[in-house]
Amino acid sequence: MSTKAVDTTVPSTSSDGAAGSFDPAAPYRISESVSLRPEPFGALVYDFVTRKLSFLKTPELVEVVKGLEHHPDARAAVEAAGVPEAQHEAYLKALAGLLRSGTIVAR
Amino acid sequence: MKLVDHFQYGLNSPICLTWELTYACNLACVHCLSSSGRRDPRELTTAEAKAVIDELQRMQVFYINIGGGEPTVRPDFWELLDYAIAHDVGVKFSTNGVKLDKARAAQLAATDYVDIQISMDGATPEVNDYVRGPGSFDTAITALENLAEAGFEKPKISVVMTRENVDQLDEFKAIADKYGAQLRITRLRPSGRGADVWDELHPTQAQQKQLYDWLVAHGDQVLTGDSFFHLSAYGDALPGLNLCGAGRVVCLIDPVGDVYACPFAIHENFLAGNVRDEGGFKEVWEHSELFTELRQPQTGGACASCDFFDSCQGGCMAAKFFTGLPLDGPDPECVRGFGEQMLADRDDETVIPKSDVDHSRSAPRNSRAPKQPTMLSLAPPPRRPDRACDESPLAGFSPTAEQVPAPVAGS
Repeated sequence: MSTKAVDTTVPSTSSDGAAGSFDPAAPYRISESVSLRPEPFGALVYDFVTRKLSFLKTPELVEVVKGLEHHPDARAAVEAAGVPEAQHEAYLKALAGLLRSGTIVAR
Repeated sequence: MKLVDHFQYGLNSPICLTWELTYACNLACVHCLSSSGRRDPRELTTAEAKAVIDELQRMQVFYINIGGGEPTVRPDFWELLDYAIAHDVGVKFSTNGVKLDKARAAQLAATDYVDIQISMDGATPEVNDYVRGPGSFDTAITALENLAEAGFEKPKISVVMTRENVDQLDEFKAIADKYGAQLRITRLRPSGRGADVWDELHPTQAQQKQLYDWLVAHGDQVLTGDSFFHLSAYGDALPGLNLCGAGRVVCLIDPVGDVYACPFAIHENFLAGNVRDEGGFKEVWEHSELFTELRQPQTGGACASCDFFDSCQGGCMAAKFFTGLPLDGPDPECVRGFGEQMLADRDDETVIPKSDVDHSRSAPRNSRAPKQPTMLSLAPPPRRPDRACDESPLAGFSPTAEQVPAPVAGS
């Protein structure tokens, strides 16, 4: 039984050791316990294990996250999704956050 | 566009869907938001309910709030619970605890992906049973004991805040701590039978401030279903979504399959369709006239020029509607007192809408037929209540605290 309720308000941002630190040159994929639901703003993210809800706030970020498993590393996934170069760092930072929250995992 | 703005225009599927499985209830709470009591013969069958779950799975509604009535008195409740969980639709259900004996508690402790919310509207039997009926406090406590003994982690204790129990906030918290539960407090709405007792039970202005101060001090440990955002105008915004989600991110499916904009709006004006209609729930959610209208940009009406409009957004649609106030005006509990003033200005000409759906045992049978108002007696303390009088739209969503840092500037 998970201790996290669906109506918990404060998402945990703890970075436990298992997640490790984000490396743009390493390969990642969406966590198996996570589902993405397409929405006008991007996607709603639901983790069936932690039961936390979060949001991907742009369609491009959704493309990046979905593309991770098809690319040799995170940076390549960002480039392939057509993110303007000036925003690459911001997207990589977003991916680091998603790794901490468990939405994406190393592969 | 900010995330919250997107929410106002509606999502592909609801985030917070309440499904009341039955109007039957062993209690008769005076403030029952759905005027529950008797089972409705037209309630969805087990097969129809499973078809709804299949559809929710296809629409990626990841979890639902189940209430009633008392949902656990439906003989197929446990079957539907298992069916939903097996189809990736997690369940939080609200109950008065009547069926949570030791065996059920053990079964639930072994079930993943279920949350339980025990309704309790007083921290003492006197205060609770006055609203929910004799013996209901003991029933709730027994259920909490059984859950704790079985090792069920962190059930919720759900409290509707009234004039009688605002002073008991610390005691509620102590009860929650004692049973390893989490406290959840929500707002009393003038919905269902709540309309009949709202005048005497809704917190006074002074109590609203008291409640706000308590939430500021303890808010991080207490769930509110975002139901007190109208209090944000006292000062700092309370955490959560400052938005009425009705028909946009929130909706209600009632026991006969009717889809309403929110759990507190069981009235034909807020009826969007029925899951038995062609196209099912998905069609209602995506294309009903009512929901389409609710997703249009809203004007703040008389409130738009108020300095606090950003934090309170004019408050709760259902609270205004069922007290006879205009939907584009202030909330009846507006902390600046504008609602109170408008309530006082109501006269004999003011039409106070009454729900045409009533399953109270004291009401005539055939819920939707005769259209004349039903006179409910509120004087004697009720013999039995209901459970989910506290179902909250937008339970705890916090788009201001998302996990994902904004990847794009100026979006």
